[in-house]
This record gives sequence, structure tokens and C-alpha cells, in this order.
Amino acid sequence: MSKKEVRDFLIIENRPLNNSNFFIKLKSNENLPDLFPGQFVNIDIPEQNEVFLRRPFSIFEVDYNDNTISLIVKILGKGSKKLTEIGIGKTLNLVLPLGKGFTLPEKSDKVLLVGGGSGMAPMLFLAKKSGLLKGQVHLLIGARAHSDHIVLNEYAEYGHFFYATDDGTFGEKGYVTQHSVFKHSLSDYTKVYACGPLGMMKAVAAEAKSQNIFCEVSLENLMACGFGVCLCCIEPTTKGNLCVCTEGPVFNVNDLKW
Amino acid sequence: MVNLITKIKDLELKNPVMTASGTSGFAEELNDFYDVSLLGAVLLKGITLHNRDGNLYPRMAETASGMLNAVGLQNKGVDYFIKHIYPRIKDYDTNLIANVNGSTVEDYIEVTEKINELPNISAIELNISCPNVKEGGMAFGISCPSAIAVTHEVRKVCSKTLIVKLSPNVTDIAEIAKAVEGQGADSVSLVNTFLGMAIDAEKRIPLLSTVTGGLSGPAIKPIALRMVWQVYNAVKIPVIGMGGIMNATDAIEFMLAGASAVQVGTAIFKDPFIPVQIVDGIENYLERHKLNSVSEIVGALQI
Ligand SMILES: Cc1cc2nc3c(=O)[nH]c(=O)nc-3n(C[C@H](O)[C@H](O)[C@H](O)COP(=O)(O)OP(=O)(O)OC[C@H]3O[C@@H](n4cnc5c(N)ncnc54)[C@H](O)[C@@H]3O)c2cc1C
Ligand SMILES: Cc1cc2nc3c(=O)[nH]c(=O)nc-3n(C[C@H](O)[C@H](O)[C@H](O)COP(=O)(O)O)c2cc1C
Ligand code: FES
Repeated sequence: MSKKEVRDFLIIENRPLNNSNFFIKLKSNENLPDLFPGQFVNIDIPEQNEVFLRRPFSIFEVDYNDNTISLIVKILGKGSKKLTEIGIGKTLNLVLPLGKGFTLPEKSDKVLLVGGGSGMAPMLFLAKKSGLLKGQVHLLIGARAHSDHIVLNEYAEYGHFFYATDDGTFGEKGYVTQHSVFKHSLSDYTKVYACGPLGMMKAVAAEAKSQNIFCEVSLENLMACGFGVCLCCIEPTTKGNLCVCTEGPVFNVNDLKW
Repeated sequence: MVNLITKIKDLELKNPVMTASGTSGFAEELNDFYDVSLLGAVLLKGITLHNRDGNLYPRMAETASGMLNAVGLQNKGVDYFIKHIYPRIKDYDTNLIANVNGSTVEDYIEVTEKINELPNISAIELNISCPNVKEGGMAFGISCPSAIAVTHEVRKVCSKTLIVKLSPNVTDIAEIAKAVEGQGADSVSLVNTFLGMAIDAEKRIPLLSTVTGGLSGPAIKPIALRMVWQVYNAVKIPVIGMGGIMNATDAIEFMLAGASAVQVGTAIFKDPFIPVQIVDGIENYLERHKLNSVSEIVGALQI
């Protein structure tokens, strides 16, 4: 395990992807530690007195050549909002690397990555890092409406994308679990991964479990420390109450008491 | 070179900065960031006789300048600690202090007896102030007779330095401090968290599964400081101060109010390096004030 650190990064990009999600790119002047899909960073929110604790965000992209990492930040409350308002050139203080990532697929796997909103971040990172051929990677992305979708064309080379919207304005109408790919061909996949709203992950997990398909999800429990000392972020599992920040955030759904 | 060596009865610390129980795991998690031998002591997560799953999620709520927690002493029990955790951490070059908890006096005795056998545990902190458990915990720390009873019994089986951790949820904390001093406590540490609560007005629900929880962080600092001052003036044994310490200045304020040493808790969540930065900051303060030893600032408040 690489050592954990607290490090300053420079904000080099901070721009909206749609009306509620931002793309934030951060640069370090030192080499980055190895970072894996599913791992996260914990960010100290500057210039915001109402936010006391750090805020956790999944790693979306890593570039070891220019020592940058990027995040997809959804505006939820005061901390995330502040992050999206901080200008380029300002410094952010991060704790990293945190958590255990996804089980990387094997060469023979065919994987389905299910994401929603900012939950796309670790899914896209996993698609890129999987080392699989485009045909072996399917991404099923859900959102409320077309305007809520994050479409990143540069990711087209890493997998086939399928979209669902609640109102049918983009892709198929309905939840991701009602999408034809999910409903009719789930058994084509050897591994299913999901990150997004809890309800979505639970629905995906239930179906994968019933069909006995390997399935991992990334949880977003409330955290105070992010590195295993406070025991605030626990999730009940078949192995007892585990810390999401150190034993997760990625869990095999068979271990969860869902 | 200034002298940072601090004594809590027979226990010698290389500096007066400790991490607080429940905020620094079992030292390993901090050691992932830096060498814990930089610290005066690490207080281990609260240990009970048997496995405890703790309270239901959510166990945490951020509040103005602080947080509420309702962890409820989740731990795998003293036997698991001795068998699996102690061997991994025993050789850290710092003082490891066990935080002992119980639902009954017998629990406290049994856990203390077992921990007392471990050569590399430097001291025992008797937690009679946890607000997050239904039985025992804080109940022992909010009345003199029960604080006396548990300290008296534990003292009999504890040959290590015995620190009693006090609850701030009392009318007169100095009275409790005097009571446990009378039973042979070598030191008192204070404060544990303040009982508090937080509500989601839109949903009309409490933010913690347990409704109430323990408040920590800068929000409690002025009250904690006042309590350390009162206790320092009431007892002869060394006082260990904590409650909202975020930096060296905060730590020095506690020492001026009478704390021989300090514990850093919630600040660690903000930045795990804060305890180490506080050690440096105290050293710097002593140099600036041309003092040779950290003991010179203990209780040095000028009134
Ligand atoms: C491991 C992990 C990875 C994450 N990755 C991402 C990511 O890549 N992109 C992203 O946008 N977000 C991510 N999140 C969620 C993100 O941390 C929260 O959205 C953020 O902390 C909210 O802070 P805030 O100050 O904006 O909201 P607050 O003002 O603190 O809260 C606003 C409201 O949202 C609720 N809330 C806050 N945090 C959470 C949470 N984690 N779960 C459920 N409810 C919550 C609060 O209770 C409150 O009602 C991740 C969380 C975790 C634990
Ligand atoms: C998440 C959390 C868990 C805690 N667990 C314990 C514990 O197991 N035993 C104990 O004596 N105190 C426990 N405490 C209390 C702290 O040790 C400390 O007394 C309190 O937080 C005040 O200091 P602070 O403001 O620096 O955090 C806990 C505090 C927090 C925030
Ligand atoms: S957030 Fe503190 S243990 Fe997970």
C-alpha cells in the first residue's frame, strides 16, 4: 500500500459539464502516487466557514505525465458549490489516496458499467483503466433528463455507451434497470459495476445478485475523516460494520446487507 | 533546544501532544501518513470487554465549527485487540494508551486486568464519559458516587498510570475530578464530548440515528478551556486538556490554563498532520518566549 498524504494541488480547470456537474482538474508539482478507479480524495473546502469537514470525491482521471487528477463534482450543498466557484490558479488541499478501488476486470471479462450523474466519474476511470477492448465494455448511463446527462465524447473509444432518462428526452425512457441492455442482456456480462444514487445501485445489485453475476458498487456514506479513524462511515455487511472509507468505498454486493 | 519532555505521574512523554481516543484509530492509520513516534502518545480507540457493533448509521453530523458523533464505541472487544491489533502496533516508538470502557464496574475491571498485562501499553485512560452508549459510559462519570466506585475498583487492578477521562456534561466538573483523585487516579483528562443534537428541518428528522450525540471540535473549545482551568485549580494530579484544539496556539492556551499535556481529536479529521504541527508550534513558542522547558507554561496564566 502506498503511503497516504496531504497535498496541495493547483486548480487548472474548473468548468461546468451541465447545469449541476462540474469538471475540476488539479495539478501537483510532485509525482502522483498510484491511483485506481474507485479510490477517492478528501478535499478541504477553502473560503467557506460553514464547512468544517473535508468533502470526499472519486477520482475521475489521472495523468501521471503532468501530475494531474480530475474530478466530476455535482453541486449538492455548500461544500460542493464552493468547490465549483473557486478560480483557476487557487490551491486545494487534498488527502489521498483513499479507499480501495474496484476489482479490475480480467482479459476475458465482458463488463457493464452503470453510472448516474457524478457517479460516472469512477465508471469512466474504470472503463479507461480496464485494459479491455471497446466491445467488452458497455456503459449504461442514467439521468433525469437530457440536460442532466454528461456526455464526454473522448470516452467513446473505451466502450459502447447506452443512455436512459426518466423523461425519455435522451436514450431510452425509464431507469437504467429498465433499459433494454439491462433488462434483456444482463446475463451477457461477467462483471457489473455501479456508482450513482443509492436507489439505482440497489436496483442494479438486486438484479445482478439474482442472476449470480459478479457486482461491485461504490458507496457514498457520510464521512468525517476518510482514512479509517472515526468509524462514522460504516456500512453493515456480512463481515460486520465496515468502514466505507478504508474497506470500501467499493463493495461486492454479496457482502452488503441490502 | 527546548525541553518538551512531559511527565504524567510516572509516565514520561517526549512531548505533551497526544491524539484523542476515537480520533486516531489504533495508531496504524496515522502511521500511514507519518511516523507516530513524533507524538507524545497515541490514545487508542475505546475498548470494551466484548465486541460492539456501535450505533446505526448515520453516526455523524457536521455542525457549526464542529461535529456530532454517535459512534457508540464500535470495537471488536479486548481479546481481539490483544490477539490481533496489539502485536501489530506494540513496537511503535511512542506511548500507546488504552481507552477502557464498560457497561458495568465488572466490565471495567476485567478489561483493565487484561490490558494491564500488556507491557507496551503505557497507561490506561478510564473512559467514564462516553455519551453514546445506553448502559455505562457517561453514566459513571456524571455522579461522584459512581465515578468513585469505578475508579476505586479499577485502581486496585491497574498498576499502570491511570488517567480518568471526565465528562463535561456535569454541573461541577471539579468536584468529579477531586472525587477520582481521591481514589488514586494519577491524572484526569478532559473533556469528552458534549451531549448535543442536530435536526433536518425539511425532513423533520434527527441527523443522528441515536437522536443525540457527542459534540466536538472548535465549537466546544471555550467551555473545555474553562473546565480545564477549574479542574487544574481543584486537584494536584496532572491534567490533560482537550476539546477543539486545532493548532499550537489552542494547545498552548490549554497548557496555560493548567493542562500538563493535551489531546488532539477532531482536528485530525481535518488534517492528520495537525498533532505533529502542534509539537513544532509549541517548540517554536517556547523559543520565542525564551523558555527552556514546556513545563514552564503549565498553569502559567497570569491573572
Ligand atoms: C467515497 C465517495 C466518493 C464520492 N465521489 C463523488 C464524486 O465523484 N462526485 C460528486 O459530486 N460527489 C461525490 N461524493 C459525494 C460528495 O462527497 C458529497 O456530495 C459532498 O460531500 C456534499 O457536500 P456539500 O457540502 O456540498 O453538501 P452538504 O451541504 O454537506 O449537504 C447537502 C445535503 O446533502 C446531504 N449529503 C451530503 N453528503 C452526502 C453524501 N455523501 N451522501 C448522502 N447525502 C449527502 C446532506 O446530508 C445534506 O442534506 C462522494 C462521496 C463519497 C463518500
Ligand atoms: C468520532 C469520535 C469518536 C470518539 N470516540 C471516543 C472513544 O472511543 N473514547 C473516548 O474516550 N473518547 C472518544 N471521543 C472523544 C474524543 O476523544 C475527545 O474527548 C473529544 O472529541 C473532544 O476533543 P476534540 O474537540 O479535539 O475532538 C470521540 C470523539 C469523536 C469525534
Ligand atoms: S470516515 Fe472516518 S472512518 Fe471512515
